[in-house]
Amino acid sequence: MAAAEKIIGSRIKRREDPRLITGEAKYLEDIQLPGLLHAAILRSPHAHAKIKSIDTSKAAKHPGVVAVYAGKDFADVNPMPCAWQAGKVKNNVNTPRVLEIDRVTFTGAGIAVVVAEDRYTAQDALELIHVDYEVLPAVVDAEKATKSGAPQLHENAPNNIAVEWTCGTQDATDRALKEADVVVKQRMINQRLIPTPMETRGCIAQYQAATEEWTVWMTSQAPHVMRLLMTAFVFGVPETKMRVISPQVGGGFGAKIFLYPEYCLMAALSRKIGRPVKWMETRSENYIATTHGRDHITEIEVGAKRDGTITALKVNTYANLGGVLSTIAPGIPTTLYGRMLSGTYRIPNIFCHVYGVYTNTGMVDAYRGAGRPEATYVIERAVDLVAHELGLDPVAVRRKNFIPPEAFPYDPVILNGLKYDSGQYEKALDLALKMLGYENFRKEQAEARKQGRYLGVGFSSYVEICGVAPSAWIGLPGEGWGAGLWESANVRVHLTGKVVVTTGSQSHGQGHETSVAQVVAGELGISVDDVIVQHSDTLGTPFGYGTYGSRSTAVGTVAVYNSLQKIKEKAKLLGAHMLEAAPEDVVYEDGKVFVKGSPDQSKTIQEIAGAAALAYSLPAGMEPFLDNTSYYDPPNCTFPFGTHICVVEVDKESGEVKIKRYIAIDDVGKVINPMIVEGQVHGGIVQGVAQALWEGAVYDDNGQLLTGSLMDYAIPKADFFPTFETDRTETPTPVNPLGVKGAGETGTIASTPAVVNAVVDALAPFGVKHMDMPVTPPKIWRVLQGNGG
Amino acid sequence: MYPSNFDYQRAASVADAIQKGSSDGAKFLAGGHSLLPALKLRLNEPESLVDIGRLDALKGISVSGSSVKIGALSTHAQIATSADVKKHAPALASACGQVGDPAVRNRGTLGGNLAHADPASDPPTVVLALGGKLHLQGSGGNRVVAAEDFFLDLFTTDLNPGELITAVEIPSIGQAKSAYVKMAHPASRYAVVGVCVVLEVSGGKCSKARVAVGGATPKATLSAAAANVLVGSSLDAAALDAAAKALTSDLSDVMGDVYAPEDYRRAMAGVYLKRAVRAALG
Ligand SMILES: Cc1cc2nc3c(=O)[nH]c(=O)nc-3n(C[C@H](O)[C@H](O)[C@H](O)COP(=O)(O)OP(=O)(O)OC[C@H]3O[C@@H](n4cnc5c(N)ncnc54)[C@H](O)[C@@H]3O)c2cc1C
Repeated sequence: MAAAEKIIGSRIKRREDPRLITGEAKYLEDIQLPGLLHAAILRSPHAHAKIKSIDTSKAAKHPGVVAVYAGKDFADVNPMPCAWQAGKVKNNVNTPRVLEIDRVTFTGAGIAVVVAEDRYTAQDALELIHVDYEVLPAVVDAEKATKSGAPQLHENAPNNIAVEWTCGTQDATDRALKEADVVVKQRMINQRLIPTPMETRGCIAQYQAATEEWTVWMTSQAPHVMRLLMTAFVFGVPETKMRVISPQVGGGFGAKIFLYPEYCLMAALSRKIGRPVKWMETRSENYIATTHGRDHITEIEVGAKRDGTITALKVNTYANLGGVLSTIAPGIPTTLYGRMLSGTYRIPNIFCHVYGVYTNTGMVDAYRGAGRPEATYVIERAVDLVAHELGLDPVAVRRKNFIPPEAFPYDPVILNGLKYDSGQYEKALDLALKMLGYENFRKEQAEARKQGRYLGVGFSSYVEICGVAPSAWIGLPGEGWGAGLWESANVRVHLTGKVVVTTGSQSHGQGHETSVAQVVAGELGISVDDVIVQHSDTLGTPFGYGTYGSRSTAVGTVAVYNSLQKIKEKAKLLGAHMLEAAPEDVVYEDGKVFVKGSPDQSKTIQEIAGAAALAYSLPAGMEPFLDNTSYYDPPNCTFPFGTHICVVEVDKESGEVKIKRYIAIDDVGKVINPMIVEGQVHGGIVQGVAQALWEGAVYDDNGQLLTGSLMDYAIPKADFFPTFETDRTETPTPVNPLGVKGAGETGTIASTPAVVNAVVDALAPFGVKHMDMPVTPPKIWRVLQGNGG
Repeated sequence: MYPSNFDYQRAASVADAIQKGSSDGAKFLAGGHSLLPALKLRLNEPESLVDIGRLDALKGISVSGSSVKIGALSTHAQIATSADVKKHAPALASACGQVGDPAVRNRGTLGGNLAHADPASDPPTVVLALGGKLHLQGSGGNRVVAAEDFFLDLFTTDLNPGELITAVEIPSIGQAKSAYVKMAHPASRYAVVGVCVVLEVSGGKCSKARVAVGGATPKATLSAAAANVLVGSSLDAAALDAAAKALTSDLSDVMGDVYAPEDYRRAMAGVYLKRAVRAALG
């Protein structure tokens, strides 16, 4: 292998890090503009209320205040669009407005705004706005919200049902359940989570009246989509009238994919006032007004034969979508959840029924993993429940039901036309078991129990769906996404041989600038330092759908790869011309074009790029410059998989859980930079484990968020964890030429059930077979109190 | 996250601080790690902050006779690493080392912590168990108040307006054994429950005991009932179970919240008492 090619797959350090570590990176809050004004938003303290009147007169007179507006002042601005509605069913859509006009359906909905010379003044003036509310009864539980007599949130959504959706085969599943040797039923809660990126949301909008053009800086994972939705859907102006820039974005975890009212509000304000306006979210606002994730109430029925073969899975889920719909809310608990319920197993009969429900709570949308953690939790708990019921080893039940390697591409039927691309599920499990030393562990566990110490082991053999794209599958004719989901790239080799890549996807911590540069350097045979990767500005990057669903590499970087192949082809033509050889005789290797067998006489890519740019002598008909733009719409999604194992010890007296070991085997296909993949896996595990043990948003019955700050909402801390033991198997995907699957979410998807399974295993001597998350010490203690603990 | 307007004044001396701090709406600012979060949430809107952070008279840790005197401005980190405190009041060094995270420990002060009287704080429990005394100075002069009399209720102390804690005096534990253990809230790391024990042991029997509990109750609380069970026992498993039982039934007014309900906190006081005794015995 040529030296330069090895760059793909090497652990080079992230080029993003020096600017991030030294604090030089410019986040939204760092941006200052001449004449900048600051906005503060008045938010409803009630979860469900009619707004009878708003008096802003006092606030308007407060020194330093420039303007105060309420919802009615923006009656001409359209509500936010709901861009992903559940496929092929009716969606009863209600979305937020820039400011609500006469009704609020969750605590934290924006109803008025103060614009002032500084943020403190704006905040002071908020206290001078008087609002007269008629408080209405609230409902916060998605299941209760669908029952008769529940408060009704929206006229067009009877029983608060935004969407009712099914997948799979109902009759066959019911029949299989009837015929099964055993049927296990379980109700399980996948609790609501608050994404908590380090940087909260923010936006600056600057409107230029003379040209009717906006420049909008925002903390977004998808700047192109934001521009499209804001211009075409919210303001009804040509897309060309707006430039959207996402500066350095401090994490998103999905919560920064969406078009939020505040972004449109800033655009509307700067158009009204004629000065740039900035809003930076406080953490308190972030907790009530930025989207949350998960929040399912699910009943499952699993049918199995006595030998552990699973024959049927029936799932009924109430998915809480909040008071109004966020941008892609209906797609998450439908397509990305129901269609992944087969997991790594051959399950001949599956039926999933989902209600997407309005409640008087904050909006719920994609959060790292988005739908797949919920599906993985259901299926990985289900397997353990079957094992428990039949008295079988959970590992044996997994093996019994795994889709075997020879069955790929595998059609789990509920995927609506897509097939799992490639997988070696047992191989990953075996590697994980070997690292654990499974047999020894069971002996140790038995010994410990005799001494009154409770060890448990939990497994999660997951598969997930990444690189979400095929436009025809995901789009309106299929899964209901209101657009395509291809990605784009432009690659230019400048006169000096330096390469500039622009991409429509966005990086907010993932390290794209490094991994994309590695692919370019590897393919072109140049130094990685000669490549720069630009993104996050609609000016100067080709349209792309953004970063989420672990798609930037499996879709976006494949577009880069495709452009590189076309550039190499052109370089060969020009190189042959320069060498006075026939094009069919030359090869491109290690950054050089030469006649096959004669590498001594060669033209480097730098020389060829120079010649292409100078254009003094080009083959007949060839255009100057090495430049190519690709749009890549993959034929399939990709399906990373693996096995995670968690070992815990539960203290019988206090219910405290100590994670003793955490083993993760992930197969994300080909790996471009192992260090970046490990970082993603580590971060994902931490978030997934946190759902199992610590995190959980709690609303009281009146719709007040009780976990509204970091004092109450327990995000994980580094010292909660042991050192992770990670490894990989590598099963390239046949879907794309790079063989890459996606690595951004595997940790979050896999880890949650592994931990809960471990705690339940530890508590097995007490007859425990299920516990709802977060599995906190107080909850465990209570269970033990009732079970002879 | 945006406090309302306030004046900022830097105190030039203890007397100056007391004078400025006595005016209506004034508040002392020490490490700011309890006060500033409250300001930012507008839960507290003082008219002026009197910064005492540079008053040397409130700094320093010294040993005189059989007690260690800790200046009110000593940070948690300074206390946690002080050789004098480790020697004479090791449970306090340990408790201060368990406060929040390094950033909090480097800024937060013992005086501020005790004055704030957050029920979930760690130091009050330990100062109480160790029989500490607070040196106060106000416009009415100086006084010394025992920890038992200082903490009155949730966020409420015996401090008069404008009165400063200047130092905390802790009698050396001598040959006694002590420990502070806490169950940290996973979000804030404040104490869900914290227990401090001080034990004198001779001839394999406990001759003297003090037990204090924090986190679970509106203010740090001494339990004579639990201490009585320990005294005279050989501190074996049965004695610890009995002491735990005595403690859990002795505690009145146990608090509950979304994370840890009242009955759990009560039970954990007992569990952590046992752990504290075991830790003290090493
Ligand atoms: C993230 C975080 C985690 C924390 N975790 C813990 C924890 O686990 N355990 C724990 O015990 N604490 C914890 N704390 C609180 C921390 O210990 C604070 O530093 C302490 O409670 C207050 O001390 P301060 O010096 O910061 O006081 P300040 O915030 O400056 O003042 C607090 C109050 O005391 C008054 N005051 C200050 N000094 C004096 C004085 N000398 N005389 C009279 N009044 C005075 C002030 O006027 C104010 O009312 C945490 C704080 C944070 C921010």
